[in-house]
Amino acid sequence: MDAFSIDRVNKNDCSILYLNGFLDAHTAPDLENELEKLIAEERFRIVVNFKNLTYISSAGLGVFMGYIETIRDHGGDIKMCSMSPKIFRVFDLLGFPTLYDIVQEEDRAIELFFKPEQK
Amino acid sequence: MPIAYEYRLRIPSETDNLELIREFVTKVASKVGFNSDDIGKIELACDEACTNVIKHAYAMKTNNDKKNLDISIKTDAEKFTLVVTDHGKGFDPDSIKMPNMREYLAQLKVGGLGIYLMKTLMDEVDYQMQPGVKNQVRMVKYFADKKKPHSARGKQ
Repeated sequence: MDAFSIDRVNKNDCSILYLNGFLDAHTAPDLENELEKLIAEERFRIVVNFKNLTYISSAGLGVFMGYIETIRDHGGDIKMCSMSPKIFRVFDLLGFPTLYDIVQEEDRAIELFFKPEQK
Repeated sequence: MPIAYEYRLRIPSETDNLELIREFVTKVASKVGFNSDDIGKIELACDEACTNVIKHAYAMKTNNDKKNLDISIKTDAEKFTLVVTDHGKGFDPDSIKMPNMREYLAQLKVGGLGIYLMKTLMDEVDYQMQPGVKNQVRMVKYFADKKKPHSARGKQ
């Protein structure tokens, strides 16, 4: 298995990124490239599915910080779903749940773009 | 007399090697009996320390022949001590301010989260800097039943 890979599925207006493997300082540029592609395609409604992500360091979290402003400025957002407890703990330690919607189910994450008032 | 052990890894300072470094550290942490929660904390703290060295300590292309990272783990009856050594430019640890996470997130800053994580994940973190000669970050994790009251952080 590759160290890190991303599968993208477009569902209507939403793009879902499935992260596989580990996200550290070595693999973070791959995620940057993928987000830059989405921005270039003007696809600003992004769901990131962490189900198959085994590890994340601050270099990985930093990628989300680096692009969220641009994406929100265009009326979009990054919603996150399906994190294992190990991955969620890193996000939680750095206070990310106050800044990002993080939910368990992918369908719920997609719904948040259309029914943002009901978390 | 408690039995003490030491484990060492010398490895080129490249992000490509972070996976191998994490494997080394988690294997040792597991071998000496930490639970999976603590192993995860040690793994991440070590990654953050090494990433800082790779990204910053050797940013200037000098001392090419010394672009190695040394990782040493010492264990005794009460604690696990991880030391990351580089021979790069170092930094003044007193100049690094612990971020106020609320302000930090509000400003959407990128990077700089590593030292905050290391201090949160480990029981003790300190630095010894001799720029260009030897810089060390030392991190300690106490075994659960040996944790000293002053080093407990209530972050279990």
